[in-house]
Amino acid sequence: MGFIDKQARSLLLGEIVIGMAKTFGYMFKTKATINYPYEKGPLSPRFRGEHVLRRYSNGEERCIACKLCEAACPALAITIDAEPRADGSRRTTRYDIDMTKCIYCGFCQEACPVDAIVEGPNFEFATESREELFYDKEKLLANGDRWEQEIAQNLNADAPYR
Amino acid sequence: MVEFWDSYALPTIIIVAKILAIVLPLLVLMAYLTLYERKVMAAMQLRKGPNVVGFYGLLQPFADGAKLFFKETVIPSGANKILFLVAPMITFLLSLIAWAVIPFDEGMVLSDINVGVLYLFAISSLGVYGIIVAGWASNSRYPFLGALRSAAQMVSYEVSIGFVIISVLLCVGSLNLSDVVMAQKSDLGMFSWYFVPLFPMFIIFFISILAETNRHPFDLPEAEAELVAGYQTEYSAMAFALFFLGEYVNMILMSAICVILFLGGWLPPADIAPFNWIPGIIWFGIKIAILLFVFIWVRATLPRYRYDQLMRLGWKVFLPLSLFWVVATAGFLVAFDMVPA
Amino acid sequence: MIIATLAFYLFAALTVASAFMVIASKNPVHSVLFLILAFFNSSALFVLLGAEFIAMILIVVYVGAVAVLFLFVVMMLDINFAELRQGFLQYLPIGALIGIILMIELILVVGGWHLSPDALKVIAAPVSEAAHLTNTEQLGGLLYTKYVYLFQIAGMILLVAMIGAIVLTHRQRPGVKKQVIADQVYRRPEDSMVVRKVEPGQGV
Repeated sequence: MGFIDKQARSLLLGEIVIGMAKTFGYMFKTKATINYPYEKGPLSPRFRGEHVLRRYSNGEERCIACKLCEAACPALAITIDAEPRADGSRRTTRYDIDMTKCIYCGFCQEACPVDAIVEGPNFEFATESREELFYDKEKLLANGDRWEQEIAQNLNADAPYR
Repeated sequence: MVEFWDSYALPTIIIVAKILAIVLPLLVLMAYLTLYERKVMAAMQLRKGPNVVGFYGLLQPFADGAKLFFKETVIPSGANKILFLVAPMITFLLSLIAWAVIPFDEGMVLSDINVGVLYLFAISSLGVYGIIVAGWASNSRYPFLGALRSAAQMVSYEVSIGFVIISVLLCVGSLNLSDVVMAQKSDLGMFSWYFVPLFPMFIIFFISILAETNRHPFDLPEAEAELVAGYQTEYSAMAFALFFLGEYVNMILMSAICVILFLGGWLPPADIAPFNWIPGIIWFGIKIAILLFVFIWVRATLPRYRYDQLMRLGWKVFLPLSLFWVVATAGFLVAFDMVPA
Repeated sequence: MIIATLAFYLFAALTVASAFMVIASKNPVHSVLFLILAFFNSSALFVLLGAEFIAMILIVVYVGAVAVLFLFVVMMLDINFAELRQGFLQYLPIGALIGIILMIELILVVGGWHLSPDALKVIAAPVSEAAHLTNTEQLGGLLYTKYVYLFQIAGMILLVAMIGAIVLTHRQRPGVKKQVIADQVYRRPEDSMVVRKVEPGQGV
């Protein structure tokens, strides 16, 4: 490379000019971000968000208190107590998930034989206190009622690959 | 009583009104400079930037200001209390008093002194005190290191700024800022502004004012990766806000100086119909806005310099180059008998 | 007029007071800061005299550069005040002696100083033809015509002092790796990179 070429390169700040042109060009490109609370990105049907306990269409809760999820949980976030109900069926009396411990691995929904515990598509469940994140059975069932439609769709969409 | 009113009270009121007419719009502009910066940076990084507070995020600066205003000022127990609080005030005041000599339009200047350029140079060389005093008074390691770096950096780049200013003054023949602008007026319009004949000096001056205002890529005093926040580490609330205001007003000030020295101040790019309808102060503002855009553009593009590279650039590249250019300019002016009277 | 007089007394009093605080304050950093305040006030006095160029140069050179270096050095010194005061009494006689000698000299100089009768005339005389020139032009005219040799010699002395300081402190260590920025700037992708088409199963 010639002497003049070298000097010109360092004096004319060629590299900096190229870099600046690049960033200037980027100014007019489509934004990569979205206006979050008003716009949301697409979620996979397999997205693992907030837990729900589902019911059958006749209103009976699906969970049979097999405690497989409790056994599968690597973070020990699930606590289950079970007793036979008046009609003789085995049901949970207590089903707690400590959401501060949960690592959202999805093992509980894999373990569940009756698709009772499922991680739904909801990821906006931030709370103002820690206590609110200790979910009990009522909260989980209420979540199930609220998200049933979306969850059913997601499970349906994912069913061919299971 | 009448004499007292005529010769003391009235002039005082007029001067105070003029000062307010400069300072208040300046502070609002500074607030919008922060928004401008965030929006431009966001655009270059493919983001949207603040757009929630107010239409298009236009109230964001005031929300930020209100937040800082209502926060608690924490003074570290080991700090030197008086100096700790004086330091941000120095920075803020120095960034404001320099505007006394800036001509916004023909005759539109608070104090048209004969040594305007020197005054600006003196004020900008004082800027280092706010920082160094803050670093020392915080009685903490990171602020102190940041202050030392910043002081060394500002003193180094002041030298080449001085030489650049001298080479402009050689062409003007006056230290008065209005004269500097008027000397750039000719039939050629924008091609007779000094950034054309003194283009290398213009670039050196611009890079030096980046270093002088501690902006990217020379923001070593607050290099967050190494020094937390440099000299501002211990500051919070209003004291921090004063530093912040000072830094951004300084950016506007330095751009204004650059516009006056190299981009023809309030002069329109060509003295023909559509251009000279617009008042000079608007042209002045447009030019400042363009330079501020480059400030932000550089910030969005370049990575931070390492400290030894910064010093090398200042002393081993800019100083010889600007010194050479001063001699070359003087030689050229003498040789072609173009020395201003 | 009264404002100018009041301003003069304000700045003069502040100059003297801060000059006193320079030697009176216990913390050396405070001393330097008071020194800066003294510089400021004296530059304000220059402005009152109508010597705006000297006022600005005083700030640029002394406050902007020299005092920063003072502050630098003083801040980085780890000063032990107890130790500093220990030798105070021991050195007091010598210090006092030097102080007294200086004072006698000053008294002799100031006492023997009288205005030449011409000086009063100069002050009273109408402003000369040079008055339309600015301060800066007058100073420049004098420095580059009448006092040009002295001016050049002062510059040479400073240059020699600077080079001397560099020579004394410069040391070269063998075996130190240094970044050569020019080499990095001149490096091109073409010089150091080859793009090859690699066929599957053959390797490079």
